[in-house]
Amino acid sequence: MERELVVKKIRRGTVIDHIPAGKALQVLRVLGIDAADGQVVALVMNVESSKLGRKDIVKIEGRELSKEETGIIALIAPTATINIIRDFQVVDKYKVSLPHIVVGRFRCSNPICITNMPGEPATYRFVLVREEPPILSCDYCGRYHTVEELMGSIT
Amino acid sequence: MAWRGRDVITALDFDRRDLEELFEVAREMEAYARSRRDVLRGKVLAVAFFEPSTRTRLSFETAMKRLGGEVVGFSGPEGTSAEKGETFADTIRMLDAYADCIVVRHRAEGAAKLAAEIAEAPVINAGDGASNHPTQAMLDLYTMWRTFGRIDGLSIGVMGDIRHARTVNSLIQSLSNFDVSLYLIAPETLYPRREVLDLMERRSVRYVVVDNAKEVIGKLDVLYVVRIQKERFLDPLEYERVKGSYRVTPELLSRGKPHLLVMHPLPRVDEIDPAVDSTPHAGYFRQASLGVPLRMALLYMVLGE
Ligand SMILES: [Zn+2]
Repeated sequence: MERELVVKKIRRGTVIDHIPAGKALQVLRVLGIDAADGQVVALVMNVESSKLGRKDIVKIEGRELSKEETGIIALIAPTATINIIRDFQVVDKYKVSLPHIVVGRFRCSNPICITNMPGEPATYRFVLVREEPPILSCDYCGRYHTVEELMGSIT
Repeated sequence: MAWRGRDVITALDFDRRDLEELFEVAREMEAYARSRRDVLRGKVLAVAFFEPSTRTRLSFETAMKRLGGEVVGFSGPEGTSAEKGETFADTIRMLDAYADCIVVRHRAEGAAKLAAEIAEAPVINAGDGASNHPTQAMLDLYTMWRTFGRIDGLSIGVMGDIRHARTVNSLIQSLSNFDVSLYLIAPETLYPRREVLDLMERRSVRYVVVDNAKEVIGKLDVLYVVRIQKERFLDPLEYERVKGSYRVTPELLSRGKPHLLVMHPLPRVDEIDPAVDSTPHAGYFRQASLGVPLRMALLYMVLGE
């Protein structure tokens, strides 16, 4: 029997399950969700999982994340699954998959990249060039970034 | 892909068919490089050099004039409103209203790509940061093609600052369209970037990286030399220690094949001994002289009717 967790079920929103233990906060960061938003979020860390040993879970009350939004989670938590909840029921469930393109979330680490020039209308944009581990190339200057490098420059 | 109206932003955008088509036209243009061929009469080329580069700029301007076209533009930030705080994007919008094609050089990497997104007129990248210089790569490959009649099968050494030299990235991208063997020769601190290594792996280019030309000189058909700058070394003593090993001398070339062609994007400082100039190995002057016909071909293909 799976024990009902410390956190109650949500009525409507998104449950991100099967996050590798310890990565829940990074998942929130990459989604751009922080306390200042006033979003109701529940974090469950280090619970037992048959698949992962230990896992984290994130529950976001009242907000359904779209597939475009959740792709970026795969950079941090490739094993994550997304559950969309309405009226306490799971209405959609899928595994995250790596995005081919990431727009606006991270800064390019190249100081002379055009995207880092003030006032220029070049949006931060990265293209996935390798999957394991993920490597993303700045679409303007071509510089490669690991996920770790990108997380240090989150916008 | 059709050439007409096309942006020229990175060397990777041009496959071997595109390049061979360009080379055939450049070959025809050689006959007009000292005269005129009025195929672009009435067209205006904007030459926007936010960062000066006399050689590249004059080569584009001469090419456009030999084709009967007009040139407007500036060199250095003084000629623009950049000093007054105008953005690069706004300067490009202004030029787009005046010209049929815009040649851009800028210190920011990715600047030409942004210009191409903004402008309706085709944009040609004449160098952005250390990342791309596609027309130099086209010229480099054209020089090989003219000298050997082919590019497939060549063994090509690239020696010097492979990590930072702006021409090397585009050169390797362009060469990855052909069946070549690459020998990258550099001190360990200036080994290629991961982007370049990854490109060669993804495109199955045969390559080795060595720190000494002597090991491989006998295998090469082409030795492409780029400068090693002192500022790239944290330790000046390290620079003094290594610089002699990446200098081309008649002694080094005496170990090479008789037809070994030495190339250099120019200007050079002291990485090629002047005694090499008078040997049959010196290919860099011819390489420079082919810049105008190659750019005539490029402008004609992008802008011609
Ligand atoms: Zn960049």
